Parts: sequence; C-alpha cells; structure tokens
Amino acid sequence: MMSRLKYWLRQMVAHLDLPLLLVVALLMGMGLITVYSATASTGLSRLDNQIVNMLAAFALMVAVSQVSPRQLMRFAVPLYLVGILLLVGVFLFGVSVNGSRRWLSLGLVRIQPSEIMKIAMPLMLAWFFHKHESELKLKHFAIAALLLALPILLILKQPDLGTSLLVGAAGFFVIFFAGLPWKIMLGMSVAAGAALPFVWSMALHDYQRRRVLTLLDPTSDPLGAGYHIIQSTIAIGSGGPFGKGWLNGTQTHLEFIPEKHTDFIFAVFSEEWGLMGNAVLLLLFTLLVTRGLFIAASAPTLFSRLLAGAISLVLFIYAFVNMGMVSGILPVVGVPLPFISYGGTALVTLMLGVGMLMAIKTHRKL
Amino acid sequence: MQNEFSHPDQALQKFRHRVRLAIVGVPLFFLLLFANLYYLQVTQKEYYATRAESNRISLVPVVPNRGNIEDKNGVILARNYSAYTLEVTPARLQNLDETIAQLAEIIPIEAKDIKRFKRLREESKNFESIPLRTRLSDEEVARFAAHRYRFPGVEVKARLFRQYPEGTLAAHAIGYISRINQEEQQWVDEALAEQEKEAGRNLTYKGTTLIGKIGLEKNYEFELHGITGYEQVEVDAGGQAVRVLSRSAPIPGNNLILTLDSQLQKMAEATFGNRRGSLVALDPRNGAVLALVASPAFDPNLFVDGIRFDDWDALNNNPDKPMLNRAIYSAYPPGSTFKPLMAMAALSTGKRTPQQTIADPGYFNFGNHRFMDDKAGGHGIVDMRKSIVASCNTYYYHLANDMGIDSIARFMGGLGLGKRTEIDIPGESTGVLPSPEWKAARFKKREQQKWFAGETISVGIGQSYNAYTPLQMAHALANILNYGRVFRPHLVAAIKNPGTGEVRTLETQPVREIPLQREHVDFIKAAMAGVNKEGTGARAFAGAAYESGGKTGTAQVYSLKGQRYAGRAKEKLRDHSWFIAFAPVDEPRIVVAVMVENGGFGATSAAPIARQVFDYYLLNKEAHSPAPEVDAPEDGPDHDHEEAEDAAP
Repeated sequence: MMSRLKYWLRQMVAHLDLPLLLVVALLMGMGLITVYSATASTGLSRLDNQIVNMLAAFALMVAVSQVSPRQLMRFAVPLYLVGILLLVGVFLFGVSVNGSRRWLSLGLVRIQPSEIMKIAMPLMLAWFFHKHESELKLKHFAIAALLLALPILLILKQPDLGTSLLVGAAGFFVIFFAGLPWKIMLGMSVAAGAALPFVWSMALHDYQRRRVLTLLDPTSDPLGAGYHIIQSTIAIGSGGPFGKGWLNGTQTHLEFIPEKHTDFIFAVFSEEWGLMGNAVLLLLFTLLVTRGLFIAASAPTLFSRLLAGAISLVLFIYAFVNMGMVSGILPVVGVPLPFISYGGTALVTLMLGVGMLMAIKTHRKL
Repeated sequence: MQNEFSHPDQALQKFRHRVRLAIVGVPLFFLLLFANLYYLQVTQKEYYATRAESNRISLVPVVPNRGNIEDKNGVILARNYSAYTLEVTPARLQNLDETIAQLAEIIPIEAKDIKRFKRLREESKNFESIPLRTRLSDEEVARFAAHRYRFPGVEVKARLFRQYPEGTLAAHAIGYISRINQEEQQWVDEALAEQEKEAGRNLTYKGTTLIGKIGLEKNYEFELHGITGYEQVEVDAGGQAVRVLSRSAPIPGNNLILTLDSQLQKMAEATFGNRRGSLVALDPRNGAVLALVASPAFDPNLFVDGIRFDDWDALNNNPDKPMLNRAIYSAYPPGSTFKPLMAMAALSTGKRTPQQTIADPGYFNFGNHRFMDDKAGGHGIVDMRKSIVASCNTYYYHLANDMGIDSIARFMGGLGLGKRTEIDIPGESTGVLPSPEWKAARFKKREQQKWFAGETISVGIGQSYNAYTPLQMAHALANILNYGRVFRPHLVAAIKNPGTGEVRTLETQPVREIPLQREHVDFIKAAMAGVNKEGTGARAFAGAAYESGGKTGTAQVYSLKGQRYAGRAKEKLRDHSWFIAFAPVDEPRIVVAVMVENGGFGATSAAPIARQVFDYYLLNKEAHSPAPEVDAPEDGPDHDHEEAEDAAP
C-alpha cells in the first residue's frame, strides 16, 4: 500500500518540470507579497483568497502534467466546439457587466467562455496541423485562420480587447510555428496597415479608440482615461532604482493606482521594488518563456511542438502587454500580469498552460 | 506528395528556426521593456518622485481665529465661538438631493437650511465644502458619526462662528462678517499681494470663507483676520487626509480695542426709543468716537452664517431702513446748527466783530425777495451772541450776503464740511457743501449750473443745498472747540495682539490745523453756552450740574432731501430735529451731534437726548429711556424759515 502510494507519487513528481516549477513558484511568491501590499491598506487583504486560488491552480497544473499530449489531443475538438457554442451563447444571452457581455449565466455559476478559448484555441489549431501534417498545404493555413477568426470576432463583439488579443496571439503562434510563410505574414501586415483607418473608424469602440489616443498623450485626459496611465507611470518612476520598500509605496497605499491588485499590480510592484525588482521579474519571465520554447524545440510530435511553442509565447505576450501598458508604452487592455495579478480565473488558465508544457516535456515516449 | 510544409525534416527545421528566433526575440522585447523602465526609474526618477510627492502631500490652510472687538472698558462686542456644522462637498456626491434627503432622516434639516445651502452653493465652487446645517447639538453630531460611512463627501466640522454678544448694540459701527464674494476675494488677493512684499512672507485667505462686510469688521479686516497657517497633510487619491506631516500654526487676528464706551452707547441708543435718527459723540481732544448711534439698528448676528431670506427681506423692506448708517451716511441740511459755524467764519474772516449789531425788522430784503425771520417783527438789535442764543435768521442773511458764497465755502470746507472725515469705518458720505463750483459740477443743465446770489442768503442759515452728516457736524464743532486742531474721528483706540498681550495704541496726532483765534473760539463757546442757559437749549439743560454749550437746529423736510417723504404718513412730514452740543464749556470732553428724523424742533426732541448723554458721560447718571420730549422753549420755535417766494415788494 505504502509502496504503491510512493510509486504513484514518484510518477506524479516525475511529470513535473523543475525549472518551470521553480520559476512559477518564485513568480507566485512575488505575486502573493505584492497582492498583500496592494490590498492591505484597504483593510481587506485578498491574501487568503489568492493562496486558495494558487493552490487550486497548482493542483490543476499537477493534474494536467500527468496527461499525455496524445490524450490532450482528444480534448482539442470538443473543447473548441464547446467554446464556440458558449461564445455564441454569450452573444445571444450573455450577462452584461460594465457595458460588455462577457459572462454566461449557467444557473448558479457564471462562466467566461472566452477564457476557455485561451486554452482551446492553441489546442485546436495544434491538433488541426498535427492531423494534416503529412498533407499540409497553404489552404490548411487558410482554414486555420478561419478557425482562429471565428472566436476572435465573437470575443471582439463582447467587447473584450484584452482576451481577443490573447486568444488571437495563441492561435497565431500555432500557425506561425506551423510554418506560415514570411511572405504571407508580410502581406498580411501590409493589408492590416491598410485596413487600420477602416478598423479605427468602424470596428473599434469609442473607449478603445480613447485608450489608444490616451496612450499617445495621457495628459490629454488626465482625469479620465489618462488617469490610470499617469498614476501608474508616476508609481513606477517614483520607485526609482531600488524602490520605496515593501508596503511603503505611497501611490499604492494612498489609492492613486487604479486596479492595483489586478491589471495594474505591476505598478505596485515597481513602486516598492524599483528597477532591481523589475530586473528580477523580467529575468524570471524570460526564463519561463525560454524554458517553454526549449521544451517546444525538443518536443517529439508536431502537436506538442506547436502547443508548447504557442503556450510559451502567449505567456510572453501576457507579461509583455501587461507591463507595457502599465508602464505607458502600450494601450490599456485587460490583460493581467501572469502569476502576479490577483484573480483565480487567469491563474487557472495560466497554470493549465504550464501543466501542458510539463506534460509535453515529461511524456517523451509516445 | 510532400511540399515545403509537409516534408518532415524541412518542416522541423523551419520550426526549430522559428523557435530560435523566439528565444532571441523574447529577451530582446523584454530588454525594450527594461529600457523604458530604466528611463522611468533612473533617468526620470526625480520628476516622478516629485509628482508622487505632490500627489500625496497637500497643503491644508488652517484659518486663524478672528480677533475680538472690545469697547474701551473691555466689554466684548464681537468674538468667536466654536460650533459643529454639517458640511457637504457637492463635487464628491453622486446625487446631491438624494444625499440631503437621506441626511434629513438622521439630522433635522429644515427647508430654510436647504434654501441657504442652495444659495451658498451658487456662490461657491463645486469642490468647496458648504455648510448644510449649522450649530449641531452633541447628540446630532453623535448620530451623524454613527452613519458617517454612508455619506462620503459629508462631514461634521468644528467651525468658529462670529458672535456679537451685545446684539444690535453699535451694530453700524462694528459691522458684521459674512461669506466672501468674488469681488471681495479679488480685492483681498490684490491687497495681500501688496502686503506680502512688506511682510516678506506668504499671506493668504485660503480656507477663509468669511470677511468683514461693513463697519469695523470691514475696515480692520486684515488686523482682525490674522495669518493663515498650514498643515502639510498626506492625502489619499480621494483627497482624504491620512495624517499630518507638519504644521505651521496660524497667527490669530488682533483684537480691536475701541474708543467706544458700550454703556454710553447703550444708553444713547435707548434715548432714541423707536425714533429714527443718529448720534455721534466725540472726544474733541483726540477725535475718539465715544458713541455712534444709528437708529434703528440691526442684529449683525443674523448675517454670520448666511442671512435667511425672510430676515434679509424684513431688513430691506423696513421703511425705517435699519441697515442705513445714518450717523455717517445720511446728510441733512444743518439748519440753525450752522449758525455758530457761520459766526466762527465771520470772526475768522474779519467780516464781523462780536460787538457789531444789526437791527432785525423780522426780514431781510434781497433784490425783490424777502427772507423772513421766524420771530414776527424781528429780534430788534442783534449782536453776534444774541444771534446764536436767539437763533436770529436775519443776522445770518446779512452775514451770508456780506461774506459771499466763496468765502463761506472756503471756511466751511476748512472746518471739514463737504468732505469725508476719514473715520475708520467705511460708507461715509461727503455731504454737500454748496458753492458755485459744486453747483456747476452737480447739475447737467446749463441753467441749473448758475449760482444765484439769493442762494447764498439761505446757505447762511444752514438751508439751501447744505447737507451734512451728524458725524461731520460733530467733527466740525470739535475742530472749533480744539482751537483749530483737527483730529481724525476714530473708533479704534488700540490694537492688541492676543498672543503676546502687546497693545499698540493708535496715534492721535492732529492731522491738520485750521487758523482760528483763541478769543474767537472762546466767544463762540460762550455764546453756545448761552443757548443752553437762556436760549433754545435752556429747557433741555435746565438744572444741569455742569456747564454746556449747544445749538438747536431744524432741517426742513420739504426741501431737496425731504422729497422722498412726500405723500407718506404725516409724521414723516415733520421737520428733522438737530442738536449739536459740548460740555463742559471750559474744557470740553464730549461733543455730540444729534439728529432725530422728523423730530420736529431741535429743542424738542434732539436736545434732551444730548442732555441724557452728557449726564451719563459727565456725571455717570442713569438716564430715562427713551429721552422725553420737552416742551418748546419760551423763546418760541427755532424754525428756520425761508420765504423767498412770497416776499414783500
């Protein structure tokens, strides 16, 4: 009995990747410290909640790491279809919160189907390319693009710029790693550039346009949309090289930073830990992403290669977009800082991704 | 069939190539991010650190305590008391009306409170905190404290309120404070900018919401206000103070110590009863104002936290005009009280000696006009003394004619008539000193601008365009009694620093000198003493234990100034009653000018008031209040009468 449990435990641990585990654990530790600082002054610490979130997400990661990529592949199509169905459901019967329809009410629980798409999208496309590996033609890229476009349009319609960006990135990276020719990418960028004025005036919502304009000149609207960026850059800049010290961020504790425990937590971290802390943070994210890319490079099947590559780069996109927007060089979109921001949903999605990376790393034999 | 996508080796190679690209690209992107962070946190650190500091630190002004006003004996006439107010900052509320309705469930808020709040709101900026209810009881404060969390943007503040413990007493002199308006704010800013250079420090009215509107409260605004202090406060994004970092204490305003004797003032006010009128009592030796009465008065306390509409309405629509400072603003023809001044002018200019006499037939012919004396048949042979004691018009018709208007205007202007006395409260009027120049400037139509020699004749008895304030009359008399030394009338004797207790006495040096000869002045004094012994003032001063001088006067309501009363109740058609007086005769310590509107003969209603004031001031004798009207003296009515129209051929 004991030996079986031991064996089982050893098997389980064998499917974990130590470098990833270490980096993620460090990031989550920094996250806890920062969430505490960001919420302590309100007298309503979110620390306990976040620990529960992390434990749950961690368990899920361990569970997923046990699943072989081949088994994962089986989930691809059903998960994608369910995801699409739910997104259509949101489109038709969604619950509006703050002017956007992102939620679907299923009796007791409310779910956000776009979040499922963050996982389902790369799974689906990786599966698709894997299935057609031997007969891959340009048309398959076109089909993949359609498979990607459908959910993105549905999510954009909600509207949710941040999630559509992440889902789009996840799908795009699969297609990219599958070998989308540079010529086509170049052509598409040119086309996108040409379509920009049209998208600007027709497809973007007012608030989205405002965010872009605000990025270009935050001072144009210091009390409105620009306020977030102005206050977060003040927080970051005033942190200086070494930071103001944990729990000493004035911008944080006097409530100048909006959304300070979620999307803008990077400002809190930067203010209190300075450029030194940021260097550590960036280093950890670099390690995380490159570790994922190495896993991708040595993955045995096309499916696992594409999936691992896409997951790694999505992690990069998460981190880059979030820190970029908080420090004022990217427009404000709803993207959390991975493993640091408060919130269970994002954490679960991220850890599912990390779990899959571990599964791909450790299930070498087919 | 294999192609570039499906060939396993080729595809794998391509994949690996792209992964390598990503492995290089990702750190590069992060490096870009890092470069920006370096820029923010190292290059621009100072800038952002400063911004963070100015975000977090806010300078909160601490309003100094306004100085008290006390009379010469230390009786407090204006002070501050602390009370709780419920204040609302409209900018921080979602729905103002709803919040007020919810507050009303906890603390009684009446319709008039809301009315006042709305009015104050119109006058203030949106982010200012505006009182909704004042003078909360302890219980109300406690009840709000329990519900405080429900009302962001609503606070209970301890505020200092101005209080005038004596109510209406000397209200016109003291004035009142009320909410600063934009014009006053501008005035304050400009005045402070000037003072700053001298003081060498930042002066500000930040946080101050009240300012002196009239009276001493206005004139001594900067003495009373004090110097605003500062608290350096850490604030959160909502503007709420979190803690105090440093503090520079405010310097409280100075106390004013008045020349006014509140007991005398109280007694003098009481002598008026419900009559309209005014009184100015000066110490001729230094210009100190001993009492300044304008009756009826108002209660300055009404204004302090924003006057209610109905109170304001009542004050404004009262036909007796209680807000009017009759003592310094209302100018009346001086009537016969002008005669001693004319006599002084005659002596000074050498136009008359005391001994020179005229024969008074009861009229004075000028051209084909006949100016009448009041006494039918005239006063007979009249010298200067008799002209004052018996108040002989004919004497002054002659005199005015002999002197000419220019000479009269020059002398009276020298005495201080027709210009402000520069008393230390605002709102003084200049009165009217008639002269050809004045007339040319006063009227637009050419035919009205011309000065007629006949007009000079009626100027001689204090009629015509002559109009002076009671303050001017008291001032002019004091200047004569002082042998020409002119002191500025003033209400403030000294300024006391409440912190150090240091008292700074304001200088009472003569501001100028009028060339008057001692024997001339003594002659006028003696003649005026005669008025109170055997003339028109004799009845009012019968049995006085001191020697006093005086002169009655009656200003006709039918003339220029009185026009507005036409058609009103009969009482309003009665003439205005004047009395100017001083005592004791040897070394005068008090000069008064009394004006009772529609009081009839000066001897009847104004003189008894002066008697009571003198009795009180010189003998410390309690008076009857109000002063009784005495019967007209044996001498017959002192009623100046000018009958230019029905002159005998």
